[in-house]
Amino acid sequence: METLVYIALFAPFVGSLFAALFGMSPRAIFVGVVASLLLATSFIASLLLAINLYVTGEVVHVTMMDWINAGDFNVAFGFVVDQISVSMMLVVTLVSTIVHIYAIGYMDHDKSFNRFFSYLSAFVFSMLVLVMSDNFLGLFIGWEGVGVCSWLLVGFWYHKPDQAREDNPSISPSWAANEAFIMNRIADLGMLVGIFILYWNTGSLQYDEVFAQLPYLGEGVLIGAAIALFIGAMGKSAQFPLHTWLTDAMEGPTPVSALIHAATMVTAGVFLVIRANPLYSMEEVAGVSFFIASLGTFVAFYAASMALVERDLKRIIAYSTLSQLGYMFAAAGLGAYWIALFHLAAHAFFKALLFLGGGNVMHAMHDELDLFKMGALRKKMRGTWIYMTVASIALAGLPPLAGFWSKDAIIETAFNEHTYILWIMLVITAGMTAFYSFRQVFLSFHGEDRHTALGFHPHEMYKFVLVAMSPLAVLAVITGWFMGTYKAFIYQIGESVQYEMSDHTHHLATYLGLIVIFFAVSGIAYAYYKYARTGENAWKRSEKVENGVLYKLLINQYYVPKIYEEVITKPYAMLSEKFWTHVDLKIVDATVDNIAKFFYASGDNVRGMQTGNLSNYLNWMAVGGVILLIVAALSAAFV
Amino acid sequence: MIGLSHYLIVSAIIFSIGLVGVLRRRNLLMLFFATEVMLNAVNIAFAAISHYYNDLTGQMFAFFIIAIAASEVAVGLGILIVLYKKYGSLDLDDLASMRG
Repeated sequence: METLVYIALFAPFVGSLFAALFGMSPRAIFVGVVASLLLATSFIASLLLAINLYVTGEVVHVTMMDWINAGDFNVAFGFVVDQISVSMMLVVTLVSTIVHIYAIGYMDHDKSFNRFFSYLSAFVFSMLVLVMSDNFLGLFIGWEGVGVCSWLLVGFWYHKPDQAREDNPSISPSWAANEAFIMNRIADLGMLVGIFILYWNTGSLQYDEVFAQLPYLGEGVLIGAAIALFIGAMGKSAQFPLHTWLTDAMEGPTPVSALIHAATMVTAGVFLVIRANPLYSMEEVAGVSFFIASLGTFVAFYAASMALVERDLKRIIAYSTLSQLGYMFAAAGLGAYWIALFHLAAHAFFKALLFLGGGNVMHAMHDELDLFKMGALRKKMRGTWIYMTVASIALAGLPPLAGFWSKDAIIETAFNEHTYILWIMLVITAGMTAFYSFRQVFLSFHGEDRHTALGFHPHEMYKFVLVAMSPLAVLAVITGWFMGTYKAFIYQIGESVQYEMSDHTHHLATYLGLIVIFFAVSGIAYAYYKYARTGENAWKRSEKVENGVLYKLLINQYYVPKIYEEVITKPYAMLSEKFWTHVDLKIVDATVDNIAKFFYASGDNVRGMQTGNLSNYLNWMAVGGVILLIVAALSAAFV
Repeated sequence: MIGLSHYLIVSAIIFSIGLVGVLRRRNLLMLFFATEVMLNAVNIAFAAISHYYNDLTGQMFAFFIIAIAASEVAVGLGILIVLYKKYGSLDLDDLASMRG
């Protein structure tokens, strides 16, 4: 078992190093193939571990080596494969294997093909360190690792120039990459503080040791740790107010968006809350947990509202990711950790599928993402159309697809906890989700053909790419059917993750589900009515709506990026400018310069001594001797 | 009674005379003479102090200094002759060719 753990963990690392060897050489298909095969190896190892865990129920815990030994402070490179981490491992390795294969096709024409695979595999390795580590420090290393890889990959096309915010809300890939990185840095500080608080009070960083001591800690400590860790989770999972980076991160290549900014990395925050579930389910931190649930619900609604009017295909999917992350936090905050984890897995499958489908469209449309320039693509891209439709149904939450089961369970949880406001918001959001996801499908694949007139000649993606995507499509359909199995599996951990609906909710479950389905179906129907029909005015955008306040608010993301720019970025830049001209140039630089100038001037002045006349030298020598004598005499007199 | 301090005062006076010679003279040959005067001033001090402490080391040193001074003069005079042959002068003001 130990070997399997190491294979699962290090296969992507080997793949990354292998691809890095060819990082500077021209495109070589075998680099992509080898990286994909190693990922597949990692997936198979994870699968075997999962099966073993399911059958025997034995948690595999390995310690690779001592990492830090300093006084009383001991941290080992330890990895744990329990029900939580193995779920994540399966999701991460499966989605990343498919994304790797997809990228072989998608990045076909890119000259940095090999470099791309190196980064992508390095990301998977970091992500696995994050989920498999048995201590907070290892988790933090993985956490930062995925951050770096995300930065590298979002800014993969760093040569693209900056654009005005009005033309492109995310300005440029390098700008978006920096935004993502800096915003995550802010949150990571919170996370570090949380880790410090836990270490300071428990004397350990191992999960099991820390959690075992939680009941003996004071209320303030628990609340502080819970809040600080959640701030870290907010950054990585792009929760309000640290959410703007996620949509801007769409500047990266689409496989990156699918893998990092939909399926895996952004769920790390949810994973952290689930991992720390003994902390978040404490009586004392109930307030924090409820805040998490409320914030999650708010973000779900908030992101969905922005997706309603967005015209950029990838940004719509990014908003939906944000919204679904909100759902996961709502579930985790309400204590239904296993439901959050299940939604995380289901979401990873259908969202990755949706993104990859979006990538196909983007590839076919030569990087054009405006939905209003597409239309009727289904005739030319049948396979992609089917995938996108399946993924959108799953996202909209219609039975029997994956999204229905997991999302319905979350909504049910909100009802079960008697948090009816959250419940109503989540139900409405479900309707909005259905609307915007089908708005996107209808605008791109149905309705009037708008792209031909604009000179686009779309073509379907390579066959092997479509075949590679099929497992995701299958999983997007069937994942929900195994909810019971998964529940039994995750319940093996123990009481902390178990969550059951009350009998009352159980009775009403059917009606609750029907309400959600009703909202979803009406959302889809409205989208169909608005965007799918053909004919003169069927899809025409109405000037009146687009000049309305609400539309302006939504399309500008509630002006949050603008506010950040005006309130934070610009004053900061001004302040930096002031510090540069007044402090740096006038104090720091001036000090250094003056030291140099002093020596230069003194050298210049005493140069006159160098007359070349031996007699003068002897005189100076005598002067020196006299000075030494005086100094010696003085020191003898006073000391 | 002539004591140690008298010797040391004589030594200091001779040393000062030598020093002034080194500082003021322009002729290299004179500089050599002045140096010899200073060395001998030191020799006087060595001999006197050695006698005062009843320790022969100082007098031994004085002999060494005399020997080394002799060899130094031999070498130095050789250089002076070469210099004179080359420049036709031993005046330091004429020999300043290393002006910075």
